Amino acid sequence: MNGVMLGSTYALLGIGLTLVFGIMRIVNFTHGEFYALGAYMAYLFVAQLGVNFFAAILLATAIGMIVGAALEFFILRRLKTTDIDSVMLLMIGLWIAMQNTEQLIWGGVAKLIPSPFAQQPLVFGPVSVSPLKVFVLVTAIVLLIAFHLLINHTRLGLAMRSTFQDRDVASLMGVNVGTIYMATFALGSGLAAVAGALLGPIFLVSPTMGDLASLKAFAIVILGGLGSTVGATIGGFVLALVEEFGSGYVSADFRDAFSFLVIVAVLILRPQGLFAPKERVG
Amino acid sequence: MTRLILSLLVVLAFVTLPFWMSDPYILGLLILAGIFIIAAISLNLLLGYTGQLSLGHVAFFGIGAYTSALLSRGFDVDLGLGLTLDVAPKPVWLSFLAGILMAALFGWFVGRLAFRVRGAYFVILTVSFAQVMRLIALNWVDLTEGPMAINNIPSFTLWLPGLGVTTLTTKAQNYWLVLAVAVIAFVLVAHIVRSRVGRALIALRENEGLARSVGIQVTHYLVLSTVVAAGIAGASGGLYTHYVRIVDPDVFMFIYTVTMIIMVVTGGKGTLTGPIVGGLLFGLMPELLRDYAGPEVQWIIYGAAIVLIVFFLPNGIVPAAARIWQRLAALGLRLVPEHLRPRLS
Amino acid sequence: MTNAATTVFEPASMDSAALPDGAPTALEITDLAVHIGGLVILERMSLSVPKGKIVSLIGPNGAGKTTAFNIITGYMTPSAGSVRFEGHDLLGMTPDDIAALGLVRTFQRTSIFAGCSVADNVLTAMHLRGRCGLFGAIFRTPSSLREEARLRAEVDDVLHFVGLQGRAGENAGSLAYGEQRLLGLAIALAARPKLLLLDEPAAGLNPSETERFKELVRLIRDDGVTVLLVEHNMHMVMSVSDKVFVLNQGRIIASGPPAAIQSNPEVIKAYLGTGLKKRAKA
Repeated sequence: MNGVMLGSTYALLGIGLTLVFGIMRIVNFTHGEFYALGAYMAYLFVAQLGVNFFAAILLATAIGMIVGAALEFFILRRLKTTDIDSVMLLMIGLWIAMQNTEQLIWGGVAKLIPSPFAQQPLVFGPVSVSPLKVFVLVTAIVLLIAFHLLINHTRLGLAMRSTFQDRDVASLMGVNVGTIYMATFALGSGLAAVAGALLGPIFLVSPTMGDLASLKAFAIVILGGLGSTVGATIGGFVLALVEEFGSGYVSADFRDAFSFLVIVAVLILRPQGLFAPKERVG
Repeated sequence: MTRLILSLLVVLAFVTLPFWMSDPYILGLLILAGIFIIAAISLNLLLGYTGQLSLGHVAFFGIGAYTSALLSRGFDVDLGLGLTLDVAPKPVWLSFLAGILMAALFGWFVGRLAFRVRGAYFVILTVSFAQVMRLIALNWVDLTEGPMAINNIPSFTLWLPGLGVTTLTTKAQNYWLVLAVAVIAFVLVAHIVRSRVGRALIALRENEGLARSVGIQVTHYLVLSTVVAAGIAGASGGLYTHYVRIVDPDVFMFIYTVTMIIMVVTGGKGTLTGPIVGGLLFGLMPELLRDYAGPEVQWIIYGAAIVLIVFFLPNGIVPAAARIWQRLAALGLRLVPEHLRPRLS
Repeated sequence: MTNAATTVFEPASMDSAALPDGAPTALEITDLAVHIGGLVILERMSLSVPKGKIVSLIGPNGAGKTTAFNIITGYMTPSAGSVRFEGHDLLGMTPDDIAALGLVRTFQRTSIFAGCSVADNVLTAMHLRGRCGLFGAIFRTPSSLREEARLRAEVDDVLHFVGLQGRAGENAGSLAYGEQRLLGLAIALAARPKLLLLDEPAAGLNPSETERFKELVRLIRDDGVTVLLVEHNMHMVMSVSDKVFVLNQGRIIASGPPAAIQSNPEVIKAYLGTGLKKRAKA
């Protein structure tokens, strides 16, 4: 149960990263920071401003999307070079700046987001789960379905898919690539932010939480094959289950090491990802 | 000719520095900057010349640091199955060399594995490698003391002909040691780069397909440059560990790799002096800012500096300075009558 | 380089009778097939290149010429067939192994080491003729210094041969297009090929540059190097080739001396609508 709950949020995180890579060809090192941003926004609204818990999650997601869109519009769009290394460096710079801004504002001490759910677990026969985790799972699943509908059944989704296939052709066919990039980055950042806002109340919120999130997102995306959203969804669940079983049966100390071992193993054995993307982005 | 004189003057200035700049605080800064410059020089071989962006370079630094620290202090570790490995303390200079070898060995191993993939995959794989190393250092408490850190690491000892084994205690002595290793690393990389081996590396950076068509073995040369870069980074880790005399899993932090990359890119990747210029700048800048800004603000400035560099100085300071210098020279030449002008190039 | 012939059909310097069937073969391709997905790129293609001759492979766009080149030089693996060069089976060998056997190619798209000086481009291409390893490089051993001096001395010869003398110190990326094509040839020659594969060397060149290239190809052959040429410029093909193979839809449809090819009805059919037909009738 824990694994499935984690898996659904990991999937959101992975999809966001793979979307930006697939469409914009950017290895997005700020991804984890948007996850942290989502969590901090949830903390800000719930704990500091006393906003309703559910509204706070919504607000956190919206802010993640707005910051993402702004970042694309004011920085990425102005960049002349498309050299993958330079763009990566730029993203690293932004990541450092974002993380330390969070640290500057909220300090290094981990924060707790209070949730309105009851502490005692719900019991379904042999299984007992906390209501908060059920809420997170349900929300994440709903978002996953909504995302797949968006990509496959809307005009925006179509435009994104065609940009993914061939930027220049899409542009010739009347797709405004600039707008698509902005939408992509906003959507990707929003997905990371909502994952952060959902997991924030379960774990603690700290400035460096984004680092692990980034690296896990990379592991998920590599599992599924860079650029494949279906692969990222499956990859999210696989990684979460590997972590759960790994920490249960091997060692809890190395829980977070599993994602790296997964990366290393997959890249060495099957560099194109476990689920070679037949159908990319959607 | 003027180049030679100029570089001799620069070297002389660095060698004599402790005599006219005895402030131990400044010397300490320069020692740490120098240690990172050595690491940056090694990264430049990989990033600047071979054209591979490895984001796990700090792993080799950390491996060198831990190997040298553990050997110089001695350790015993339970290998399971009732086996224990018991190692008596070794002389520091010997541990230091072992650290270099160990880092180079890991470089070979990682190179063999990582170069099966390129581009974004390679970058992510190298990041993961460094993270795995950090987690091992953090969790294999029996060997590494985990987050409690390894303390009381002995200071550097040097075997000198005629003097026997001497312990370096003063800041000035440590400064000269770092300077000497830095010069060796610089010359090593310079010699490699300007040779048949270096041309093969640069060819891989410029055009891998074409390089293969003239018989350059891709994997061989990629692994070779990783091994050399890892060894030099291991040396810088060893210097660090015996200077600071404490080592904890934080030596594997990603931010150190980033620091090295910033040094290389700011100075100018693929130029010999780039890592030195960038290293002095970024090695000293945080300290210069220290009185005015907290660590977070410093890091924010760091991050912003990277963004600005990618935007405005994508090739780094050294090439930009070289261009300005050429323009000035050309301007100066215009004042000289045509038949007296020296031939350029 | 002289502006030699400008006639359209200058007779090939070798008469077809001078190509006895028993001539030693440099390259032997047998039943080569490439299927990608459901697409047949090459289908049972066979050809043999006699030693010391200029052999051309022509055919309409998409006939599979570059694919054949990529297979011969180890950049692609075929579905079936064999490629033998001087007794070595080339299939399964890497491009650098193949180059070490003396089989060197040029590329259709201009391929140089753009960030290096012209001299360094040539020096880099002499890789196989040096032995200096890491040890020699670091310690600058006497033997490595001697080797360096020996190779450097030859750079001028190569540059002089292609007509780039005096440009040695310039950045390769700043050369004009035609000069970059010449540098591409210089790079291949610096590797001392026994068999040189030229992939559309005249693409994008003006008539006088093409003439010069033609002359160079002859000189290379006269030096004892076997040449396999893929080219769209029929003037060039017909005037320099000793033998021509025509590839159409993945199959060799004709082969023989240039004069015979020009009047071959199969070939004219394949090229229908291109200039060759008109000229063949004339």
